[in-house]
Amino acid sequence: MDNTISTLNRRNFLRITSLASAGLFIGLSLKKETGMAQVAKITGDEGSLDLTPFVHIGTDGTITLFNPRPEMGQGTFQSIPALIAEELEVSLDKVNIRQTGGQIIFGRGQSAGGSASVRTDYFPLRKVGASAREMLLTAASQQWNVPLEQCNADEGMIYHKSSGRSLSYGELAQAASKLPIPSDPKLKDPKDFRILGKPSPRPDIPLKSSGRAVFGIDVDVPGMVYASVAHSPVFGAKLVKYDDSDAKKVKGVLSVETCDRKIGKYTYPAIAVIAENYWAAYKGREALKIQWDDQGNEKFNTEEYTQKLRDLSKTEGLVDKEVGNFEQAYQAAPVRIDAFYETPVVSHSPIEPMNCVASWTEGNKLEIWASTQVPRSIVTSFSKEYGIPEDNVTVHTQYSGGAFGRRLQNDFVIEAAQLSKKTGKPVKVLWSREDDTEQGPFRPMTFSAMKGALSAQGEVVAFQHKVISPSLHDSGDPNFDPSRIDRSMTEGISDQAYVFPNMKNLYVHADFHVPISAWRAVTSTTLAFAHECFIDELAVKAGKDPLDFRLGLIDAKSDTRNVLMKLREVSQWDKPLPEGWGRGVAQYEFFAGLAGYVVEVSKAGSGIHIEKAYAVIDLGTMVNPDTVRGQVEGAATMALTAAIKSGITFKNGETVQKNFNTNQLVRIHEMPSVEVTILTNGGPRIKGVGEPGLPSFAPALCNAIFSATGTRIRRLPFDINHIA
Amino acid sequence: MAAFTLTVNNKEYQVDVDPEMPLLWAIRDFVGLKGTKFGCGIAQCGACTVHLEGSPVRSCRLPVTAAVGKKITTIEGISQNVDHAVQKAWIELQVPQCGYCQSGQIMSAVALLNKKPKPTDQDIDAAMRGNLCRCGTYQRIRKAIHRASEIMNS
Ligand code: FES
Ligand code: FES
Repeated sequence: MDNTISTLNRRNFLRITSLASAGLFIGLSLKKETGMAQVAKITGDEGSLDLTPFVHIGTDGTITLFNPRPEMGQGTFQSIPALIAEELEVSLDKVNIRQTGGQIIFGRGQSAGGSASVRTDYFPLRKVGASAREMLLTAASQQWNVPLEQCNADEGMIYHKSSGRSLSYGELAQAASKLPIPSDPKLKDPKDFRILGKPSPRPDIPLKSSGRAVFGIDVDVPGMVYASVAHSPVFGAKLVKYDDSDAKKVKGVLSVETCDRKIGKYTYPAIAVIAENYWAAYKGREALKIQWDDQGNEKFNTEEYTQKLRDLSKTEGLVDKEVGNFEQAYQAAPVRIDAFYETPVVSHSPIEPMNCVASWTEGNKLEIWASTQVPRSIVTSFSKEYGIPEDNVTVHTQYSGGAFGRRLQNDFVIEAAQLSKKTGKPVKVLWSREDDTEQGPFRPMTFSAMKGALSAQGEVVAFQHKVISPSLHDSGDPNFDPSRIDRSMTEGISDQAYVFPNMKNLYVHADFHVPISAWRAVTSTTLAFAHECFIDELAVKAGKDPLDFRLGLIDAKSDTRNVLMKLREVSQWDKPLPEGWGRGVAQYEFFAGLAGYVVEVSKAGSGIHIEKAYAVIDLGTMVNPDTVRGQVEGAATMALTAAIKSGITFKNGETVQKNFNTNQLVRIHEMPSVEVTILTNGGPRIKGVGEPGLPSFAPALCNAIFSATGTRIRRLPFDINHIA
Repeated sequence: MAAFTLTVNNKEYQVDVDPEMPLLWAIRDFVGLKGTKFGCGIAQCGACTVHLEGSPVRSCRLPVTAAVGKKITTIEGISQNVDHAVQKAWIELQVPQCGYCQSGQIMSAVALLNKKPKPTDQDIDAAMRGNLCRCGTYQRIRKAIHRASEIMNS
C-alpha cells in the first residue's frame, strides 16, 4: 500500500503541477470502498487530497488535462485526454495535455501496456469530464438564476440561449469548485459525440513531423555527463577484473564506474565509462579491457536449446485447461493428426535505444527523465530501493521512441540512478544498438505440440495444445515455483471461441538463463501461429473450407464469429483467386482483445509475394479509428518481421545478432498493404487496440502459403523468397 | 580535439570535437539540434538522415570532418512552421506513431521529391528502404509521399 496519500494535499499538488491554485480540479477518488472509481474534487488548501486530478480549469480559462498513460506511438496522448474532452465539451486543440510522472496523486494506473489504456479508462475518465461539465453548467445556471436545462456547454463556454448570455469555463471555475460533485453525472449519448469514434488528429503529430518531440534521448540537463555501459556478452558472467587505463586516455572521458544491471530476477555487473559527451563515453567504453568469468554459460547455443525443448515436449506438463476426456476421444477417433510448431526468440528493438537521465540532488532527491512505459513503478521501486519518500522521486515521462514491452523494464533507469549517485552529477546513460540487441530481454522461444482428432464426418472430437517454453514469471521472479503453471505462457490457447468436446491444453516449463519479458501481444504472438495453423491443418484433413470450418467450431453468437464473417465479406473470400494465388485466414482472442486476418499471397519464383492483408479488429467501442488503423498496420508489420526475419539466436553463450544488419526488420518494400476494418458492435467488453493486430497475422500468412503452394510452415522464421 | 565550423540550416556553428566524431553527435550534442536521431550507428536504420549539399546521408557514419565546408540540412531546417509539403502530408495522413524514425523518414522523402517530383512506388521503395520504422508506418509513408508530391505540384 502507498502510505504517502495522507501527506499529499492541495498545496503539494499545486507544487508538483505548478498550476495556479485557483480554479476547478476534478479527478477520481482513490478511496476504494465502493470498488468503483468515484469522481471527486479538491477542496480546502490543507485538506487531505484523496483524488487523482485529471482536469484543471484555471480562472484564466486555461484547461489542463493530465494524461497518465505514457505515449509510445499507440496514441494515448490523444485517446486518453479525448475521453475527458468529449464530455467536457471542449476540443483538444484548446487544452493543455500534461503527461504525468508517476506521483501517487495521479493514481496507480500510470503505465502503458497490455492494450489497457482506453479499455480501462473509458468510463471513469468520461465520468470525470461529465462531472466537470455538470458543475460548470450548474454554476452558470445559479448565477443567471435560470433552470439548468436551459443552459448548454460548448467549446469552453456555457450559454443561455434564450437570453443570449454566456460565461467561459474560466469565469465559472471558482464558483463551480464550491459545488458538490454530481453523484451520477450524465454521460453523453454516443450519437452526440464530436471527438470519440471519429478520426481526430493527434496533438503530438506536428511535433513528431518536425523533430520537436522530446524523447528521453533528447533530454539535456545542466551539468550532465554521459555514460556508455559495458555488459558481458555472455549472459550470467561474473566480472573478474577490468583495465581502464586506455579508456581514461580518451579525450573527454572523466571516470570509469561500476554499476548493476538489474532486470527481473537477474543482477548483472556492468562497467560505465563517464565522459563529457556521448561519443567520448562510447570510445572510452570500446577501449575497456574486461575479463569475465562466463560460468559455463559460454557453452549455450540455440541448436542445443531447441533440441532440449523438443525433448521436453515428451513430458506431460501442467494442465492449463481440460474439457471432457481428451485421451479417450483421441485414441478412439478414426483420424488423428499431430504437428509440432516452433517460434524463435525475438527482440523488441524500438528504434530509440534504451536511455535515461538521472540526477540526485540535495536532500536525497532523485529526478529521472526517461522514455518509459511505467513511470509509477519507477517512483515506487526507487523509493523502496533507496529508502526515500515517494515524494523525493520525480519522473519526467518523455515520448517513447517505441516500446513494445521493452520499456516496462527499468534496468537502464537503475544504471543511470546508480551512476548519478556515484558521480554526484546528472548522468545520461545511452545504450548502443549493439547493447540493445545483444542484452535483451527477449520474447522467448515458444514451441507447441499439437494433437487433434476428427470423427468420420470431419468433426473435431479431440484437441490439444501443449506449450513448451521458458516462463516470463520465472525470469521476473526469484521465488518462481515451476510446479505451478505460468498462464502468461499459455495465453489464449484455452480461450478461443471454438468449442471442442474434448480438450486438454498443457504447459511444459523449460529453464532458461537469458532475461525474457513481455513483447507486444506477449505469448499470443507465438501461440496463435501454432493454434491457428493447426486449425487449418484440421480443416484440410476434414476436407472443409478453412473459414467455414472455423465457423462450424463456434457457437452461434460470438465476437469471433462476427470477425470471421466480416473477414469473409471484406476479403471477398468466396471469390476465386488468380492461378498461383492462395489465401489464408486466422483469428486470435486473448486478454488484450480480438482480431483476425485474411492474407492473400501469390507464387513468385521459388518464394511467395504477399499481395494484400485484410484485418478485422473487434473493439466493442473505439476512440480514434485512425489510430486504431495505424496500430493494426503497425502490428502487422511487426508480425511480418517476426515471421520472416532472422530473430535472435545464441552461440557460445552470446547473442549472435548485434545490430540491424543481422537482426533485420521488415523494410518499406517488403510490407504489403493492410486494409483494416473495425468492428464496434461487439459485446459490452471494451477490447484493446495496440496488440490484438499482431497474433493472427503470421498464421493467416502461413495458411495462405499452404493454400498457394501446399507447403505447411510449422517453424518461424521462414524464408519468404524460398518456400521449400 | 579540433575546432571545426559547421554550416547547419544556413547557420554557422563552431564545434570543438574529435575529428572522428560522427556528424550525428556533433549535431545533437554540440550544435544542440535534437531532431536528428540515433538508432543504430551503422547506417542501417536511417534515423540519423540529414542532407549534405541536398543529398541524404546517414550522419551516424559520416565523420564530422567530411561535413566541414558543406551545407548541412537537418529536419529543423526544412521549414519554419512545419509547413513543408512533406510535413503537411505527414500531418494530414497522421503518419507517425512513436515518431522516432520520422525525422529520418521525412529527410529521405524530401530528398526524393526534390529529385523526383512525381515518384512511383518503385522510386519510393528505392529511396525509403534505408529507413526503418519499427512501429510499421510504411503504408502511410508511401501514401504521404504521393500526397506531398500532389501538394508540391499543385
Ligand atoms: S543511426 Fe544512422 S542509420 Fe541508424
Ligand atoms: S514511428 Fe515509431 S519507429 Fe517509426
